[in-house]
Amino acid sequence: MKKLLIASALMCGVATQAVADIKVGILHSLSGTMAISETTLKDTMLMLIDQQNAKGGILGEKIVPVVVDPASNWPLFAEKARELLTVHKVDVLFGNWTSVSRKSVLPVVEELNGLLFYPVQYEGEESSKNVFYTGAAPNQQAVPATDYFLEELGVEKFALLGTDYVYPRTTNKILEQYLKDKGIAASDIFVNYTPFGHADWSKIVADVVALGAEGKKVGVISTINGDANVGFYKELAAAGVSADDIPVVAFSVGEEELSGLDTSNLVGHLAAWNYFQSAETPANAKFIKTWKAKMGDKRVTNDPMEAHYIGFNMWIEAVTKAGTTDVDKVRENMYGLTFPNLTGGIATMLPNHHLSKPVLIGEIKADGQFDIISKTAEVPGDAWTNFLPESKVLISDWKDLKCGMYNKETASCVQLKSIY
Amino acid sequence: MGQSIKQNTGRSLDQTIFTKFLFRNPSIVIFLAALGLFTFGVTILGEGVGLGLISTSFVKTLGKTLCLCIIAIAMDLVWGYCGILSLGHFAFFGLGGYMIGMWLMFARTKLIVIESAHNAVLPPTPGEISDAVGAQIFGVVGGADIPLIWSFADLLWVQLIMVVLVPGLLAFLFGWLAFRSRVNGVYLSILTQAMTLALSLYLFQNESGLRGNNGLSGLQYLPGLEDVPQAIVSIWFFLGSAFALALSFIGAMFFVKGKLGNIIQGIRDNEARVRFLGYNVEGYKLFVFTVTAIMAAIAGALYYPQAGIINPAELAPIASIYLAVWVAIGGRGRIYGAVIGAAFVSLVSSYFTGGQASDVSLGFGVFRWTEWWLVLLGFSFVAVTLYAPNGIGGLFDRFNRSGDA
Amino acid sequence: METYRPLSMFLECLKPSFLGCCMLVAILLNAVVFVPSAAAQTFENLLAKHAPLIHKSSSKTVAPALSEIVDFGGSVVQKFLLTWRSKDLYFLKKNGQFVYVKKLGDGGMQLINVETGAAFATVNKAAIKQIKPNSGVRAKISASLVPFLLASADHDERAASLDALARDFNKSHLPLLGAAIKTETNVVLKRRLERAYRFGLIGFGLDEDAIEAAIYELEGDLSLETRAVLNPLLSDKLYVAATLPAGINLARVIVPGKTTKLADGKAGRQSIIGGAPVELSLEAAYNMLVDAAMSPALVSVKARNTALIDAVKDGRIGVEEAAGLDNEAARNAAYSSLVLNGSAAEMINQDALRRAVEGAVFYAVYDNPSQKIVTAAKTVLADIEGEVNFYQAIDLLVDGLSLASICFLAAIGLAITFGVMGVINMAHGEFIMMGAYTGYVVQLFVPNYTLSLLVALPAAFAVTFAAGVVLERLVIQHLYKRPLETLLATFGISIALQQIAKNIFGTQARPLTSPDWLDGAWAINDVLAISNIRIAIFMLGLVFLAMLIFVMKRTRFGLDTRAVTQNPAMASSMGINPDRINMLTFGFGSGIAGIAGVAIGLFSKVTSELGSDYIVQSFMTVVVGGVGNIWGTLAGAALIGTLQKGIEWLNPSNTLAAQTYMIIFIILFIQFRPRGIVALKGRAAGD
Repeated sequence: MKKLLIASALMCGVATQAVADIKVGILHSLSGTMAISETTLKDTMLMLIDQQNAKGGILGEKIVPVVVDPASNWPLFAEKARELLTVHKVDVLFGNWTSVSRKSVLPVVEELNGLLFYPVQYEGEESSKNVFYTGAAPNQQAVPATDYFLEELGVEKFALLGTDYVYPRTTNKILEQYLKDKGIAASDIFVNYTPFGHADWSKIVADVVALGAEGKKVGVISTINGDANVGFYKELAAAGVSADDIPVVAFSVGEEELSGLDTSNLVGHLAAWNYFQSAETPANAKFIKTWKAKMGDKRVTNDPMEAHYIGFNMWIEAVTKAGTTDVDKVRENMYGLTFPNLTGGIATMLPNHHLSKPVLIGEIKADGQFDIISKTAEVPGDAWTNFLPESKVLISDWKDLKCGMYNKETASCVQLKSIY
Repeated sequence: MGQSIKQNTGRSLDQTIFTKFLFRNPSIVIFLAALGLFTFGVTILGEGVGLGLISTSFVKTLGKTLCLCIIAIAMDLVWGYCGILSLGHFAFFGLGGYMIGMWLMFARTKLIVIESAHNAVLPPTPGEISDAVGAQIFGVVGGADIPLIWSFADLLWVQLIMVVLVPGLLAFLFGWLAFRSRVNGVYLSILTQAMTLALSLYLFQNESGLRGNNGLSGLQYLPGLEDVPQAIVSIWFFLGSAFALALSFIGAMFFVKGKLGNIIQGIRDNEARVRFLGYNVEGYKLFVFTVTAIMAAIAGALYYPQAGIINPAELAPIASIYLAVWVAIGGRGRIYGAVIGAAFVSLVSSYFTGGQASDVSLGFGVFRWTEWWLVLLGFSFVAVTLYAPNGIGGLFDRFNRSGDA
Repeated sequence: METYRPLSMFLECLKPSFLGCCMLVAILLNAVVFVPSAAAQTFENLLAKHAPLIHKSSSKTVAPALSEIVDFGGSVVQKFLLTWRSKDLYFLKKNGQFVYVKKLGDGGMQLINVETGAAFATVNKAAIKQIKPNSGVRAKISASLVPFLLASADHDERAASLDALARDFNKSHLPLLGAAIKTETNVVLKRRLERAYRFGLIGFGLDEDAIEAAIYELEGDLSLETRAVLNPLLSDKLYVAATLPAGINLARVIVPGKTTKLADGKAGRQSIIGGAPVELSLEAAYNMLVDAAMSPALVSVKARNTALIDAVKDGRIGVEEAAGLDNEAARNAAYSSLVLNGSAAEMINQDALRRAVEGAVFYAVYDNPSQKIVTAAKTVLADIEGEVNFYQAIDLLVDGLSLASICFLAAIGLAITFGVMGVINMAHGEFIMMGAYTGYVVQLFVPNYTLSLLVALPAAFAVTFAAGVVLERLVIQHLYKRPLETLLATFGISIALQQIAKNIFGTQARPLTSPDWLDGAWAINDVLAISNIRIAIFMLGLVFLAMLIFVMKRTRFGLDTRAVTQNPAMASSMGINPDRINMLTFGFGSGIAGIAGVAIGLFSKVTSELGSDYIVQSFMTVVVGGVGNIWGTLAGAALIGTLQKGIEWLNPSNTLAAQTYMIIFIILFIQFRPRGIVALKGRAAGD
């Protein structure tokens, strides 16, 4: 009991630390399965905050980062978010990677009226008053990539392979409907889900190859997440599947994930993102240089890092404009803000809390980088997809309609709080 | 400290029928007093009704820790007293959480749906309501239909019965099969671990109807009471958990000090001898296994509304092994040992892995607690197993030779 | 893996622009490569004309540019196309001129004229832009290169052009192939050419009999390409009519809600248990009737509700309160009143729907009008499908065996430490992980993959052997009498080792790359293939098995081990040092886990969690097989591997289900056979 009290005293102690500075909460897993991807984002945030402090901070005050470790444990995300908002009294949160963790944090930020910047591509079908989605919505990644398959590569039969969780499930649901609308028969869509960290891919790869027996060009749309990609690509290479025969486009494989792989057998397979390290712009060159100077030469940059880069800079601008870190005032100042992308063009914050960003499609090169072979103009992110009948009627507009789930047909706000 | 508490509370409990039992087991009195004081202190210091010195998130952590203490007691009963090293009790804990979570999620969503249909020209039909609830709960995992197992999710009392019934039945069935074919020792441990793995893999599937990897979320909101601030709700659950822990402790002590307790300890020490004495060893084991599973489930049902979200990773085999670690560090074969182990290890772990502990500079490098804590825990656990098989509880025994083991 | 799509190619050829290209190519055929075009314009001018199409190329629009470029002819074109395809083509930002580039040592770029091949300037990188055709465009370029490369003197180029043909075949290629067959001297290539020609004929031929003959020649060919050519011949479409029309190439007559579609295009009866779903539901059939204007449209629930909402005035529909319409019956009643008013269309009830559907004929007609071709394709395909099924069954078995060998490899160390010694080592998985990381570290220092593998295997054994010995000395030897505590203590070791690995190597998966000769797969045909790495693992499993049996049964060490595990006291009185034997045996089992780690890392990934993925499964393998017996572990692995693949086959879209049901099966299995498949008898059975 005594120890318990000591522990509680220690934790309470944290609550009474400095108050004057502006605090930024960083909610990324530093341990567990997601640490792989999320630690990078924590470092990105620290780098951005350092840069801003070097420029004199904000509103004349220094920015203090508060880093916590939710340890890839979804319930812990909610707990830590509450701790950040109530104990550390942070002004803004940057964090999360998986959709599950976001759904876990959502009720907390909505209850406490916090502000969260979520930097990862996700499945859409959500628009919370308290979250800014700086990653891609499906229409900024999945749908354009599918279009590329349909139009450029002439794919007629689709294998949708994914890890079994909310992002692949919802994305594939949207894509299935989208493909059907485009005239692809249901029998030409093969869907398969595998668990996190799946290792035995021989059967699934063989199944995909066998799809070619009908004389239609087969393409794979992969929402496989994390470690499982290693085994999947190894098996693809072993089966001699070349990108020319069965192209694979991945939504969760970036520079960071490829650094754990020998990519010489994967040359030509695709990934769709809003950012690639190989984008040739001065801003990007500078960003990469700063990053490598801080983290070492071997480190790569990736899409969610750019999302934090844009999100953080927009937040700085909004706070400066509002003259305060008050969540509601900052939010109102966010709408319509613009900031240059690292890949060129301008990102705009829309009233639905999403960004407009260009969509890039890259081919994997032997050095683990991507060859950008297609780049669109800026695409506005869509919170509610237009390809599912139930969400077609919904729009999100926090600026004028002040509602994240507004039914256009009945002209009424369906609900203010998000679905968890 | 212990002395004064014993006097204080000893007086107020004079009238109860357990007086004799209590006086024979002063550890109960000490424990209840400490728990009461602790609960009172937290309530006073908490944000909800008190001074606001302890944040709501910490109240929740403490409330959850109390639930972990309950399942640790269950683990101690089944392992420390009955000798069955179950590596599956977290599965029952999780199942309990799922059962209550279904009601919390369904009822809350239904209220939201009804509220959002408030302005509609045509009032919604029951079918439309259930469709909308289905779309809200299962839309994110690619479905829209409500699976059969959610049939009674609207009724709190049914789900409350399920909290007890589902894990209880699973434990009964599993235990019946296992004990009947005389699977014991490490084999049983591996088998229970396999059961947990199978259950968590099953729940990981979307087809299980419990939202797969996503799990059930938004559980911290009580349906219909969403306007009550979490600061208050957290205190309710904290008090509820404390009450449940007190009951568990008394129940467990009563159980192990009675004749039943002697028999199961006999089974632990020499199963064959107890069997030859004419006892139905399998029956007793099954009873202990099932009852502790139900205890675990109730603890889970109290835990997850405080955590806010439950997903299958919570049921992973590793969680059950950690449970065994807590009990072992706290001290097997003593109920208070289990409580101490669970509270101490889980709180300290969350402190060190949470990044609050400042890093230690060693001159040649930085010692980061977040990185090395698990290593320390692992090795200290080995040390406890090797050199202090009685765990922290063993230390108490040295001071307190009065016979309450 | 080559796909072949004559139908779509055929359609593409019908587009005017492409047709032109096809014809021109055909005309140029004989004159192909080396004769410079007589066209007045220069190649550069031609390119300049199409510059926008090439700068930002799309496979949809690039065809006209390509066809004109090919028309120009000559080696200049060939060089240009090859460079363009390999993404080595650049253009000058200032005027859009296309150039080849030679990178100079100092970072400058030497520009080379695409027509003359002469270097003409040196610029820095910012002045030029690389052209990156996507793979769709590259496939088109490859197809355009076929006329050049098919006649090439180089064997590999001819082979490559056949690969390109397989991906993008058009009508113009047919005569090219015909000509190439005559001149080809290489036997293998000639056979491939003939096969490609046959495919082309089936896809683009005009003579019914020739096509039929070509189809029959494909008999027994299991390849994916063959099936890809034949299957489209059997495509069909659904129609509805009042009566079945005559003179159509009928595939089947469909009874909505009853019949299923069979593989051969006929209608089948739905089986009671599972089986294929009905081809056409009643609702879908009715909707076809609606589309054919043979029946009035259904009023959907949504349409009904909309009509009701529209009819609401001041909270009432007629006399009815809108607030009372909170159930289906009330809404239907209210709608009926609207129908009576004539302000809404009548709802079609289930009976009317059924009657309407039953009054019409639903049937499928083959897209290919020739009955002869369809019959030939059906016959040949039926044969092929039969064989494909056979090979698929074998493939499933091979997959199962492969999984079994991985299970075996992961579990074999445990078969010694747990099976023979009875020590529960929860850190066994971490020994596997240590082996894998050893392989990774070795590869950091030895860049040659084959050599590094040869070093890594003994190194992994050494590292994990040492770790095993240390663990045994420091922890396990104190706990031989307390097996449950061994379990917990080694679990402590397991979490510590896992975290240490994370601290050292990070959480990111580390590459462990297999040498080239382990890449690729052994393909018997397009159905049955197994990757080399899996074969290697299978072999390694066999080697381990043999070695283990040898060590345990034929060596002094094995004898000692068996003696110590059966009766330590007796063994020690016979002059055996039990401490030493226990230590060595445990080290031996751990060392084998290390080697297994290298193998597992090669085919999947190296992370700190590698071990925990295998630990429960490994224990199950040993327990199911029967403790204390290496053959038992083999049997256990075989059971688990094949069973899991079998369940996966039954439920292909859900891998987790297979794992779940497999574990449940094992739990039940152990209830009924607690000692495993190969149970030891008599005294050896111990307790």
